[in-house]
Amino acid sequence: MNSQRQSPIYRSRLLQPASERAPETHPLTWRLRDDGKVVDLADYEAKEGYRAVRQVLNEHDPQSVIAAMKEANVRGRGGAGFSAGLKWSLTMQGGDMPRGYIVCNADEMEPGTFKDRLLMEQQPHLLIEGMILSAFANNARYGYIFLRGEYVESARVLSQALAEARNAGWLGPDIAGSGFDFDIALHTGAGRYICGEETALLNSLEGKRANPRAKPPFPGQSGAWGKPTVVNNVETLCNAPAVLLRGADWYQGLSGDRTDDGGTKLYGASGLVNRPGLWELPIGVTGREILDRAGGLRDGRNLKAWLPGGASTGFLLPEHLDLPLDFDTVGKEGSRLGTGLMTVVAEDQSMVSLLRNLEAFFARESCGWCTPCRDGLPWTVKLLMALERGEGETGDVELLDKLAADCGPGLTFCAHAPGAAMPLQTALRHFRHEFEQGVRSPEGRARGEPISVGEA
Amino acid sequence: MMEPTPSSQTITTDGFRLHPEDEAAMREEAGHYEQRQAACIEALKIVQRRHGWVPDGAIPAIARVLGVGPASVEGVATFYSLIFRQPVGRHVILVCDSSSCFLTGFDQLLNALTERLGIGLGETTADGRFTLLPVCCLGACDGAPALMIDDDVYGPVGADDLPTVLEGYS
Repeated sequence: MNSQRQSPIYRSRLLQPASERAPETHPLTWRLRDDGKVVDLADYEAKEGYRAVRQVLNEHDPQSVIAAMKEANVRGRGGAGFSAGLKWSLTMQGGDMPRGYIVCNADEMEPGTFKDRLLMEQQPHLLIEGMILSAFANNARYGYIFLRGEYVESARVLSQALAEARNAGWLGPDIAGSGFDFDIALHTGAGRYICGEETALLNSLEGKRANPRAKPPFPGQSGAWGKPTVVNNVETLCNAPAVLLRGADWYQGLSGDRTDDGGTKLYGASGLVNRPGLWELPIGVTGREILDRAGGLRDGRNLKAWLPGGASTGFLLPEHLDLPLDFDTVGKEGSRLGTGLMTVVAEDQSMVSLLRNLEAFFARESCGWCTPCRDGLPWTVKLLMALERGEGETGDVELLDKLAADCGPGLTFCAHAPGAAMPLQTALRHFRHEFEQGVRSPEGRARGEPISVGEA
Repeated sequence: MMEPTPSSQTITTDGFRLHPEDEAAMREEAGHYEQRQAACIEALKIVQRRHGWVPDGAIPAIARVLGVGPASVEGVATFYSLIFRQPVGRHVILVCDSSSCFLTGFDQLLNALTERLGIGLGETTADGRFTLLPVCCLGACDGAPALMIDDDVYGPVGADDLPTVLEGYS
């Protein structure tokens, strides 16, 4: 009976019990509680919390912190995979340079991605500690957590944790008696995927429309309000405390022989799998291992394709399941590791319909700044809708090729358009026949005619 | 970090009266940033929390508090999807239409919702109870298909769950 049903309230969770997680092997999640409650300040401090801050701020200098991050090869977990240590080494510092900002990109909106939510909702102090370390390395005077507006629970937990940290002296003047001062404010957004692009994020932080900025100058040279600014993803920052406490060698060793990338990663799976979820695993595990943990596909379905790390990554096939999921290997297969949370596509799913869904997302979320993205993506959606109905015309599939190519890297201000192009191009490559089946009349007129402009 | 802000009487613009508490909250928020303009999104949210949406007259009022032109405030108000520039229902349902939800039953969920509420995406029920909107991936893909009502996230939500889920919102 309906009245007996429980409301399916969503709770973020990790599918590994505490008994399987240790400080030496699970730097991101070993402190998490099995009951899913927040690791508060007392709990965090009892589990090595803020030890890295005390040690580093008092005994190290910023350059050694940057060197450790570089050596550990912590690659950006927001999806781009850029070395965090290298990014930090490029921040303008010293001389007449004003102290700048650390901005945590907590605008998790990549379709298929639900990892930063877990870290923020259950272990906010790890992020705060990571931001303090990043601030020390980059000589930042202030930090912002740019949190997407829909993450209401994250906002509640983070606000409380920031207050706890401030009361305990981990934020504010003279942190841990080191003379270093730094504080953090929570900035909540109001929607729009594009805010996750780091320069659009800075415009949004400044209270403007979230259009991307030209690079260079990079944020490390001129970011928020023209000051040197480091923008790092939540998970990236959460790696810093363990790297500095246990060392770059240990961190590198976590991934073993699988890959040159260091550390662990929050991997996950969603779509029609039996146990969608999240796991902290050594970076470089295979898609098969993740799919196994997710219990395979529902109802005995076969795997058709998968996105390794969100909507803006390229489709991989079942034959790619045994590749190590690191940034370089996945890149060589014409995709990207992205956020590392795989979206699983079952054999009975129409790729044309799925692409229509994906491209409608990218079209809606385009900020409208660059023409190929603003005008090309809605056109792409129109073509896909026609193909989906079996009403496509000759030349439509080739036109999709062209529209996707026009969105390629370097043709627009930011990575939104290339992100929209990658799943489309890989789907057209692997499943072209499905798109061609949507073409109704071989004699029909292609939709490639120029659009008239400025005529009455 | 706070810039000097002008002391003011109650701001009234185009028939809109900015609540003094809201103005104070905006000024406090502005103190977190190098420039007051940065509080623009939060200022819009402050107005929205009180009125349910952002009425026209609020735009020049916020502009005055933040020391920017009304056009830049309106530009921001119309850019962000969670700022409502027209009245919405007492509760806003955000249905995730991104890939993982699409693969796990978004179409059926949306159909069940539109049938039950008698409205489509972007519309408000005649009794003013619900507004239905699509939303970018809610980050609840392990609970797909997911939706959010006001501050609460639900997932996985089947059509059968809707009566229970919706009854909590009057």
